[in-house]
Amino acid sequence: MMLSKGLKRKREEEEEGLAVDTWWLDPGHPAVAQAPAATAASSSLFDLSVLKLHHSLRQSEPDLRHLVLVVNTLRRIQASMAPAATLPPVPSPPPAPGVADSLLASSDAALSASMASLLEDLSHIEGLSQVPQPLADEGPLGRPTAGAPPSLGALDLLGPATGCLLDDSLEGLFEDIDTSMYDSELWAPASESLKPGPVEGPGKEETTPELDEAELDYLMDVLVGTQALERPPGPGR
Amino acid sequence: MLLSLPALHLQTSEHHPLFELPHGRLGPWCSPTGSPAPLSCDTGCGEGSWILVYRLLVPTQVSLLSMEEDIDTRKINNSFLRDHSYATEADIISTVEFNHTGELLATGDKGGRVVIFQREQESKNQVHRRGEYNVYSTFQSHEPEFDYLKSLEIEEKINKIRWLPQQNAAYFLLSTNDKTVKLWKVSERDKRPEGYNLKDEEGRLRDPSTITTLRVPVLRPMDLMVEATPRRVFANAHTYHINSISVNSDYETYMSADDLRINLWNFEITNQSFNIVDIKPANMEELTEVITAAEFHPHHCNTFVYSSSKGTIRLCDMRASALCDRHTKFFEEPEDPSNRSFFSEIISSISDVKFSHSGRYIMTRDYLTVKVWDLNMENRPIETYQVHDYLRSKLCSLYENDCIFDKFECVWNGSDSVIMTGSYNNFFRMFDRNTKRDVTLEASRENSKPRAILKPRKVCVGGKRRKDEISVDSLDFSKKILHTAWHPSENIIAVAATNNLYIFQDKVN
Repeated sequence: MMLSKGLKRKREEEEEGLAVDTWWLDPGHPAVAQAPAATAASSSLFDLSVLKLHHSLRQSEPDLRHLVLVVNTLRRIQASMAPAATLPPVPSPPPAPGVADSLLASSDAALSASMASLLEDLSHIEGLSQVPQPLADEGPLGRPTAGAPPSLGALDLLGPATGCLLDDSLEGLFEDIDTSMYDSELWAPASESLKPGPVEGPGKEETTPELDEAELDYLMDVLVGTQALERPPGPGR
Repeated sequence: MLLSLPALHLQTSEHHPLFELPHGRLGPWCSPTGSPAPLSCDTGCGEGSWILVYRLLVPTQVSLLSMEEDIDTRKINNSFLRDHSYATEADIISTVEFNHTGELLATGDKGGRVVIFQREQESKNQVHRRGEYNVYSTFQSHEPEFDYLKSLEIEEKINKIRWLPQQNAAYFLLSTNDKTVKLWKVSERDKRPEGYNLKDEEGRLRDPSTITTLRVPVLRPMDLMVEATPRRVFANAHTYHINSISVNSDYETYMSADDLRINLWNFEITNQSFNIVDIKPANMEELTEVITAAEFHPHHCNTFVYSSSKGTIRLCDMRASALCDRHTKFFEEPEDPSNRSFFSEIISSISDVKFSHSGRYIMTRDYLTVKVWDLNMENRPIETYQVHDYLRSKLCSLYENDCIFDKFECVWNGSDSVIMTGSYNNFFRMFDRNTKRDVTLEASRENSKPRAILKPRKVCVGGKRRKDEISVDSLDFSKKILHTAWHPSENIIAVAATNNLYIFQDKVN
């Protein structure tokens, strides 16, 4: 299976990545081999989609089309599981999801570990700078297999009401990480600053920060490491 | 600098003319296995008989040898930026395109190289002998880059090549990777000046005080040399991955489209572009749709279309407003309720959109079908062709192995009567719009003897499998034909199967 470009090339991560990504391809795996009941099928599809989403978000530069399609599919699946609201089919969890969940938990452990190390780099993904946070909170051991499956956290985040990937309150957790300098908007391509005048047509009022010389100098300094990370001067300076 | 090494060793064109090939001779790294078919051909119906005329195999063994030989050339190829075998990956063909006359055929690959083939002139002695395609020029268009700010590697893979119409002796093409578009000039040189006063024959400067007489330099013939030089580099205008470029019919502008934006460029200006479509939401978490392909109308320089991941096509008129976020026409087919599934959206995602040569129709490719739309009817296509409907029951597995995200292209023939697209197992399909007949052919090493007529293939869906049929479960999903091209006026097609290029002609009895 071809590794996607952009993945950090630490060997342990690659191997973990491979292990995580391919378990569902194993035809002997109970979750895969089982003839699905409708709910079990949705559930395993859901898990699969969540894994795909994580895999996509882990990359330094996710394929936006792939990401969007997976997220939209995930929403569809979740909507079809609506009677259970934010929970996958309970009361008696069928064996397949259970097994799947335990595997998900262990694979999530690997994911959590690598995601924790990737958190600082998440800001490279413009606008999608936060991954489903609870998985990082699980700690190295992952969640216990009994009870609510680890994917519950992700379900919450994909709450149907908001349709957003992340609850706003979680943004506070990232306050101490200054990602503003990685915000790609600062590096607005030439085209943005030269958008045709707003006179004609329904032009967007886009507040693109101007790239003035002072900001460029500042950013260059930071890159060279001569300046500590602090909030850049506002555009009106 | 004359190189006899395989194409992988080429330096970037910024410094030297890359490759000197005596015209008409094949490059050292390709070995055609077919001799040209002795045919005469008029444009016939597409699904007549097809024969293989040319096959380019890029042998991985040669690449591996080259990799071990020379550390310096490895660095030139930036292979240290890759952590997997570059021999196989770099040779995967990622785009194929005929120029406007069909004289030239360009291919781009994952390694950032462009290879141009030229059709041999038809010889007077054998009027019925069709010209074969020979390697004309090879150059390294894009190199892998590293974006230090985002800590990302930018792939050198050529996503698209588009030719400009020929206006003088030189040929021009646009090639693009994920981030940067380049305009290349390909020109021939068959004379060189000799007899300089201030330089000697080796190019060393002469001391002016030793010169006692003056002479006029003369042009002397030399072996034909084909040079490729980058004339323009259009960079830093795309935050997301470029998926399409399209030359406008005014021949002065072109557009480049990424996942969320489309920019309009003037060929002469590289430091500015106009943003004409922007579908980026204010809050990226609300993103639900991306741009998948875009193309200019072949005749109306103010009109273009772009397709989306939700299966919609928007036609925009640049005269209406500077920012074409509001479409002029919106093409979407209502979902068939009997075919609904979790994967409905993914399989409706359009992977390619092409105007017909006439400009009256557009063709779109989604995962399972090809559709032809009349520009005057927005609510549904006028024709729908099933490419491989037998995959509909396999969507779950195809989702698991990510094949459902494969992006197939589609092409029109010169008269817009036949359309072609690729499939799995190295199959490709042609549909005749008039007779409604279709054919499945295979581009593979085992089944293609030179000048052999391609045998139509058939996939067995269920029940008894006949002798020559192949069952759905035996299909090889790693062998996918994503890129094909059709000669603008003749029945010659180019089919890219992973790292192999096949050129087929139709056989007229």
